[in-house]
Amino acid sequence: MRLKLEKRPEPSLLMLVAAPVASVLLTMIIGVVVFDLIGIKGAKAVMDIFLTPILSPVKWQDVAAKAAPLIIIALGLSVGNRAQVWNIGAEGQYVIGALAAAGVGIAAGASGGPDVLLLMIAAGMIGGAAWGGIPALLRTRFNVNEILSSLMLTYVALQVLGFMVGGPWKDPNGRNFPATAPLADNQTLPIIVPGTTIHLGVAVAVILPFVFWILMSRSVFGFQIRVVGSAPNAARHGGFDAGRTIWLAMLIGGGMAGLAGSLEFSGMLHKIDLGFPSGYGFTAIIVSFLGRLNPIGCLVAGIVMAVTYVGGQMAQTSVHIPNSTAGIFQAMMLFFILASDILVRYRVRLLPSAKTVGAGE
Amino acid sequence: MQPSQTPRLELIGITKRFPGVLANDQVTFSVLAGEIHALLGENGAGKSTLVKMIYGVMQPDAGEIRWDGKRVVVTNPKAARKMGVGMVFQHFSLFEAMTVLENIALGMDASIPARDLEAKIVAVMRQYGLKLEPHRIVSTLSVGERQRIEIVRALLLNPSLLIMDEPTSVLTPQEVDQLFIVLRQLAAEGCSILYISHKLHEIKALCDTATILRGGKLVDTCDPRVETSRSMAEKMIGGSLKDIQRGASKGFGADKLVVQNLSVAKDGHFGIPLRNISFRVRAGEIFGIAGVAGNGQNALLLAMSGEVPCDDASVTVDGVKVGRMTAKQRRLAGVASVPEERNGHAAVPEFSLSDNAILTARDRLGMVTGGMINKRASVTYAGEVITAFAVKSTGPAALADSLSGGNLQKFIMGREIMQKPAVLVVSQPTWGVDAGAAGAIRQSLVDLAATGSAIVVISQDLDELLSLCDTLAVINEGRLSKPMPVADAKIEEIGLLMGGVHGEGAIHAA
Repeated sequence: MRLKLEKRPEPSLLMLVAAPVASVLLTMIIGVVVFDLIGIKGAKAVMDIFLTPILSPVKWQDVAAKAAPLIIIALGLSVGNRAQVWNIGAEGQYVIGALAAAGVGIAAGASGGPDVLLLMIAAGMIGGAAWGGIPALLRTRFNVNEILSSLMLTYVALQVLGFMVGGPWKDPNGRNFPATAPLADNQTLPIIVPGTTIHLGVAVAVILPFVFWILMSRSVFGFQIRVVGSAPNAARHGGFDAGRTIWLAMLIGGGMAGLAGSLEFSGMLHKIDLGFPSGYGFTAIIVSFLGRLNPIGCLVAGIVMAVTYVGGQMAQTSVHIPNSTAGIFQAMMLFFILASDILVRYRVRLLPSAKTVGAGE
Repeated sequence: MQPSQTPRLELIGITKRFPGVLANDQVTFSVLAGEIHALLGENGAGKSTLVKMIYGVMQPDAGEIRWDGKRVVVTNPKAARKMGVGMVFQHFSLFEAMTVLENIALGMDASIPARDLEAKIVAVMRQYGLKLEPHRIVSTLSVGERQRIEIVRALLLNPSLLIMDEPTSVLTPQEVDQLFIVLRQLAAEGCSILYISHKLHEIKALCDTATILRGGKLVDTCDPRVETSRSMAEKMIGGSLKDIQRGASKGFGADKLVVQNLSVAKDGHFGIPLRNISFRVRAGEIFGIAGVAGNGQNALLLAMSGEVPCDDASVTVDGVKVGRMTAKQRRLAGVASVPEERNGHAAVPEFSLSDNAILTARDRLGMVTGGMINKRASVTYAGEVITAFAVKSTGPAALADSLSGGNLQKFIMGREIMQKPAVLVVSQPTWGVDAGAAGAIRQSLVDLAATGSAIVVISQDLDELLSLCDTLAVINEGRLSKPMPVADAKIEEIGLLMGGVHGEGAIHAA
């Protein structure tokens, strides 16, 4: 028997949904097997990472808080990924966005309220977009690959963060720790579910996917992104400019990452320290693909990914495995989703092995 | 040479099925030694599939192949070559940056020292009168010369069956004549030739036998010398041919499209620059541009569609300078275009037909309000195109990918024509399209011209241009010859122009 890949007459809708689900399930199965092999209770670990956060309502607020930035960043990245513009630097744009929001907050001094908060968030989006604009400029002007430039700019952003929180913006009352002063109450986002940490940013993360969904499926802009991604020559023929598309994709990706950064800062953490960058910008890449570059898919995938984050922390105490285990699971999911992607357009057929009677041999 | 009793190649009941189509259905025929055998059929009739099975690229699902009377299974092309089958593909596999000799050496199964190989190549070329300089870089060669490399490559193996897949689609009439001399010499020496084509007059001139396929089935095996082109064409399409209907000639109107000293730098290392191209097309006129592939046709289409900007004054439409306008602005100014490549250029394969209608019709037909697409308008328009151009599909929601080449081309042509453009520029409008659809497309161009539009047809198919156009010019190495009325055009002169030989009657605009 041998395997043969055959192109499907049209993409399989079943596989479109089944592939991400199967990826999550396969990740869980492999997790159980591998942990058992290295002498850790695999079933328990996988249960804790994937299921306990869903089953215990006290953990829901943690899941919501983690899912919000992932969803918002992934929405922006999906736009770029659709257009085959690969922004790998959302982490840096997230950091710069948060710093820009912090700058506005510090400049506003004691004043606060909705106006200042809106300004902070706008500054966050502009900061992130500006950071994302650098790779766009390099790509359109000098043909520099945006994968490399956006990734490298992340490390620049981390240095900027270290400099700002360790220098000009260091909390004067902070016992010399490199961190900004905590935000005053009038500069923090309101909590929308009393008694929890669920802030206004979570609501934004629930609403935005629907906005993006309409934008991508109904607007000329969404059409442009889809055409450029699937047939660049046809896009040019249809009058869509490739350079403009790169700019738009990078600015939106950066702007969303910046928005997520400013919301996380003003809604969740209230200060920026060296631990502020927690990898949301990288994990959101996985969310974007797990969600099939579809805005609603990103909403679901963001929640799944947040579950593994929260679960990873729980497994630390319950089965004594490092928190970074969650990262391994997340990477495994991305691996499976990318590998199973081919099944959407192709199907596997089993063929009897051909008899190899050589002609003239 | 007297043909021997056992055929060289026999196909018995060959059947090949792909998902959703039966590509070959119980095909049975044989090729004698020294016979030039035509394999005739429309696109999608199953010619290529059949040949790929003979050459070992695919395996038949049922049926058997016999070689000199013995049953064989051709596992791969290497086994086919060993058996004595040579093949010259329609699309060449050559490295542009390497020499002729290097390219041939790379394609050999056995490794032969360069000097011996060169001697062999020179011997083969002398034997068949194929002119080729072994140390020339391929990128400097014409398409005809490139094809000669492929032929030499096949002949070095002393094949007893040579398969030629659409060999003349890229050649000038003179090059075709040269090729036929070589093929006749080969046949006289006992080599069988399986000649795939849909150009009927060539088959009449060259072949001893013709096997006609339609929809994967063998319809007839006949003697092309006693058939007429029309009778063979009708067997091929399984119906009767329609002639182009022209209204009474009303003469031409004012200049619509004027191209003046258009020059475009070359795109990429092996691209062709356009040099001082000038021509004018009047309302109601169909202007043909003939030429061998790769002589700047693509660059010319991109310069007309606005995908590549040019000097402002070099292109005017109704007196308005459009040279610097983008593709979108040019469309609004009334210029529509259809590029040669359907999939990925004229249309997005994985988009529905209605989304493909949005691609080029959104601005002219008001499918966009406030940045949002009016889906209903696009579905309605796609439906209208499908009906008016008899596009076989499941409707506006069908993916472009799911249509056959001919149907997709009809849709694309319809999409542009129904926008009633002032100027329509099309490249290879009937490339790879079956005879029935090609007739419909040509008729629609004639009808559009009758409404007062100016039409430019860029094509490698000289017969098509001669039957369709009012005026004709030839493009060669990015230069355009002096336009001539089709009524006065001489095939020999056009052929010379296509080959880059410029007679006194055709002085360059350059």
